[in-house]
Amino acid sequence: MKKIQIFGLVIIAVAIGIIVSTAGDASTYVDFTKAKEMAQDGDNESIHVVGKLKKDVAGRIVEMEYKPEIDPNYFVFTLVDNQNVEQRVIYKNTKPQDFDKSEQVVVVGKMKDGAFSAEKILMKCPSKYENGKMETTEHTATKS
Amino acid sequence: MIHSTIGNTGHLLVIVAFVTALVATYAYFKAGMAGGTIEDTLTWKRFARIVFYFHVAAVLGVVFSLYWIIGNHYFEYHYAWKNSSLSLPTGYTISSFWQDQEGSFLLWIFWNVILGTVLIFSNRSWEAPVMTVFALVQAFLTSMILGVVIPGLDLKIGSTPFLLLKEVMPDLPVYKMDPNFIPKDGNGLNPLLQNYWMVIHPPTLFLGFATTLIPFSFAIAGLWTKKIQEWIRPALPWALFSAMILGIGILMGAYWAYETLNFGSYWNWDPVENSSIVPWLVLVAAVHTMIIGRKNATALKTSFILTIATFILILYSTFMTRSGVLGNASVHSFTDLGLSGQLLIYLLTFTIVAIGLLVYRWKSLPNDEEEVSTYSQEFWIFIGATLLCLSGFQILATTSIPVYNKIAEAFGTVLNMALPADQVAHYNKFQLWFFSLIIVLTGIGQFFWWKRVGKGKLQALYNPLLIALLISAAVITFKGVKDIQYIVLLTTAIFAVVANGTILLNIIRGNYNLSGGAITHIGVALMLIGILFSSAYTRVVSINNSGLMISRSEEFTSNDNKENKENITLWLNKAEKMGDYMLTWRDVRVEPRHIPGYIPKSWVDIVEGDFHAVALKDIVLDGKKYNSKGDTIEIFPENFYYEIEYREPSGRIFTLFPRVQINPRMGGIVSSPDIQRKVDKDLYTYVSMVTNPNAEPVWSQTENFTVNLRDTFFVNDYVAILDNVVRTEQVEGVTLGAGDAAVKAIIRVLDKDKEFVITPSFVIRDRMVARKPEVSNELGMRIQFQEINPQTGQFSFSVNTTQRDFIVMKATEKPLINILWLGTFVLVIGFIMATVRRFKDFVKMRNKESQPAGQRKVKPKVQTV
Repeated sequence: MKKIQIFGLVIIAVAIGIIVSTAGDASTYVDFTKAKEMAQDGDNESIHVVGKLKKDVAGRIVEMEYKPEIDPNYFVFTLVDNQNVEQRVIYKNTKPQDFDKSEQVVVVGKMKDGAFSAEKILMKCPSKYENGKMETTEHTATKS
Repeated sequence: MIHSTIGNTGHLLVIVAFVTALVATYAYFKAGMAGGTIEDTLTWKRFARIVFYFHVAAVLGVVFSLYWIIGNHYFEYHYAWKNSSLSLPTGYTISSFWQDQEGSFLLWIFWNVILGTVLIFSNRSWEAPVMTVFALVQAFLTSMILGVVIPGLDLKIGSTPFLLLKEVMPDLPVYKMDPNFIPKDGNGLNPLLQNYWMVIHPPTLFLGFATTLIPFSFAIAGLWTKKIQEWIRPALPWALFSAMILGIGILMGAYWAYETLNFGSYWNWDPVENSSIVPWLVLVAAVHTMIIGRKNATALKTSFILTIATFILILYSTFMTRSGVLGNASVHSFTDLGLSGQLLIYLLTFTIVAIGLLVYRWKSLPNDEEEVSTYSQEFWIFIGATLLCLSGFQILATTSIPVYNKIAEAFGTVLNMALPADQVAHYNKFQLWFFSLIIVLTGIGQFFWWKRVGKGKLQALYNPLLIALLISAAVITFKGVKDIQYIVLLTTAIFAVVANGTILLNIIRGNYNLSGGAITHIGVALMLIGILFSSAYTRVVSINNSGLMISRSEEFTSNDNKENKENITLWLNKAEKMGDYMLTWRDVRVEPRHIPGYIPKSWVDIVEGDFHAVALKDIVLDGKKYNSKGDTIEIFPENFYYEIEYREPSGRIFTLFPRVQINPRMGGIVSSPDIQRKVDKDLYTYVSMVTNPNAEPVWSQTENFTVNLRDTFFVNDYVAILDNVVRTEQVEGVTLGAGDAAVKAIIRVLDKDKEFVITPSFVIRDRMVARKPEVSNELGMRIQFQEINPQTGQFSFSVNTTQRDFIVMKATEKPLINILWLGTFVLVIGFIMATVRRFKDFVKMRNKESQPAGQRKVKPKVQTV
C-alpha cells in the first residue's frame, strides 16, 4: 500500500470520528413530556424545548418570579410547550432583557428535581429594527 | 417631496450592472476560448473590457445613489428609514449603508469591481479566463439586488434597496390620509452597531470574502486553459492577501464582540462566526499547498481542491447566514429576504461547474513519480494543511446541523437535531487538540522547509525542543496550569515560538524578505497562548459575599455560595466589597456629542425622542466651561454610562464606565462592558441589570407624619430625625420676592453606615403655599413639607418610597489577553511580508515572460524556497 493511501484512510477515519462525535454531542428538540421521560430514564443529556410563556386571559405573563434585590441569579417562570404542557423553569442567572416581550422561548437544559433547569435561553422577540420580523437572542447561565 | 429620481437612477443602474456583467461574462468567455483567430480573440477581449468598465461605472453609480439617499436622510426610502436616523453621526451613517442585506451585497459587489479592475491592469495574460469567472460572480451578486418581478410568473429576482416606504408597507393607515407621507425620522441604527469597529469591520470582512474569488478564478482559469501549474504564481500573492484580510476581518469581529457584547469573550463559536472561520482555515491550508504545488503534483491537485473549496465555503456561509436557515441557532444571522432559492442556485452553479471542470481535467493533471519522503518539506506541509482542513471540517460538521434538519425536511423526515447544548465545550474538545498539533507542525515544518533538518540529521531540532520544554515547565509551574490539555497546548505553542524564532534569527541574517512565514507562525503561536490564558483562566471577581443575596435553594448555598453567585448588586453610593476591591456605584452619566467624556445625567434634562438635552446647570469639566445653564446640547440619547468606582487595596482609585443602551422603540436594555487594561490582564466589567434611568419611579402610597422638632420617626425602615427648620433664601426653581418667605426642614435619615440629609422646603408667596419636595435616589424616598402648625409647633411631612436604584454587575479578569492582540499584530506583519515577497516574485516572472521570446531564458529557475 502506498503511503498516500494509508494517509487517506487515516483522514477518512478521523472525519468519520468527527461526524460520530458531533452526532453524539448534538442536542435534540423535544417537549416537556419527553424531557420528563428522559429524566426518569436517567438520561442526563441537555435538550432543547420550544415553548411560550404562560399568559392570562388579558395577555399578561403569569407565574414569573424574579427578585433581584434578594437574588439576581435566580429567575423562575412557567413555559408552555407546543403540546400545551406547562413546566416551571429555573434559570440561575439574571433575567434576560426583553424576556417579557418574547414571543417564543427556547430553553436548553434538563429536568432536575421536578423543575426544568435551564442552562441557556434563546428568545425570539419582535425585532425593533426590522419591523414585523423576529430577532433571536441568546443567554447563557454561568456554568455550574 | 419624494425624491424619486435618485431611486430610479439607482434601480436602473443595478439593471445596467446586471446586464453588463452578463455581457462581459459572455465576451470574456469568447475571448478565453481557444480556436478563434488571434484577431478575433483580441476583439472579444477589448469588447469585454469595455463592457466591464461600464459595469464598474454602473456599480459605482449604485453605491453613490444608495449613499446619497441615506446621507441626505430621504426617509421616503425604506432602506434609509429602516437603517438610519437624523441623529446618527456621520461615521455611523456609513455603517447603516451595509447594515441590511442589500447593502452588504452591494459592499461585496463594490469590492469585486475594484479587485477586477486591479486584475485587468496587473495581469493581461490571464485576463480573459479569470475575468470570465469574475463577471459571472458579479452577475449572480447583482441579481441579488435586482428587485425585478417577472410578470406572469410572479417570480421575484433579488431585493432592491431602492424601494420606497410606501411600496414596502402600502398598508400603513397613514397612506390613506396622505399618499405622499414621508416619515420625519428613521428607525435608527442598532445601537450595538454604533461602534467604530462596526464601521471598519464589515468592509474588511467583505474585502476578505471578495478576495477569495481571485485564487478561485485563477484555479478555474488554470484548469480551463490547461495552464495546470502556471496559475499558482499569480494566484499565490492574492491567496496570501486574502488570508490576511479575511483573518483581520474575523479578528476585528472578535474584538468588537469583546468590547461591545457582554458575553464576556471574543469568540463564542456562534454559527455566523464559524461560517467565516472555516473558509479561512481552508484558505490557509490552500496557501501552504500552493507554495509546494509547483514541485509536487499531489500538492498541486490539493491546491485545486482547496482553492475551489474556499470559495464554495464562502458561498455556503453566505447561504447559511442569509437564508434564515440559522434563524433559530444564531444571534446575529440575517433574516430571510426570500432569496434563499437564488442563493442556492448561486451556490450550486459554482459548486457543480468547478467540480465538473476539475473532474474533467483530473486525468491530465500530473502525477508524482515517486513517493514523498517523510523527511521532506512537502510531507510536513501536507500534514499541516490536512490538519487545518480537518479542523475546519469539524467546525463545519457541527455548524451545519440546522442545514441537516432542513434537508431532512425536504425529504419528508423530521430530524429534530439541535446544536450541542454547550457549544464552547464541544468545539474546544476538538479544536484544542487540532491546534496543538498544527502549531507543533509550524515549528517542525519550518525546520524541514529551510533544510535545517533532514534524513539522518534531526539534531538541529533538539535545542529548540529542550528550550521550549524548559520555558513551558517554568510557565506551567508559575501560572499553575493544571489541566493536561492546556499543558499540551501551552507547551506546543511555546515550542512553535522557539522553533520559528530560531529559524527567524537564521534567515534574517541572510534575507529578511523571506522571514514572513516564520513571523506569521510566531504570531499564531502567541495568539494561541493568549487565547489559552485569557479564556481558560478567566477569573470571576464579582463574587458576592454581602450575604444579601443568599437564595433559599440548596444549590445556591452549596459550594461556598460561589458557583452561582457571580453577580453583585450595587446600591447607589453604597460601597460594597468585591474581592480585593471596594466598589461604589456613583452615578449614571450621559454622553454629550461635542464635549469630551461623560456628564452626570442629573445635569441635563433629556428631550424625549430626540437627541438633544437641556442643561440644568453650567456644564464645567476639568475647569473648562462648555455650556451655560439652559443651553440645549446634543447627546447620544441611547447611551447611559454607569460610573463604578474601584478602590484598590493600595488606595488607588480608578473608574469604569460600562454602558447600557436604551432604545425608546425597544424598551429594553443592551449592556456593553468597560475594560480596565493592564499589561498582564484585563479587568472586564459589565452591568447585567439596572433600574431604568428613563422611567419615572413608581411611588408608594403617601404616608403622613406629624412631628415636633428633634423628633424621631420611621420611614421605610430608616430612622429619621427632624433636626431643625430654618429660614432659607434660595429654593431651586422658585424666584423669591421681597414679601415671600421660605423655610426648609433639615431631616437626617440614618442608613446602616451613612447619614443622609434631606431638606424639603416650604414657600409662602403672595398668600399661596408652594411645597418643594426632595428626592433621594440612594434611599428611594421623597419627602414633602406639608404643613406648619403654629399652635402646636408641629410640622407635617408626606413621605413616598420607591425601589432604591440598583445595578447588578459582573466583573472578570482575563489574564494575558494582550498576548493575543500582540500575536495578531505579529501575524499581520508576517502575512504582509509573505504577500509582498510573492507579489514581487510574480511581477518578476510576468515581466520576463512579456520579453521577446529570443531574450527569454530557456527555463525559469525552479524556486526552492
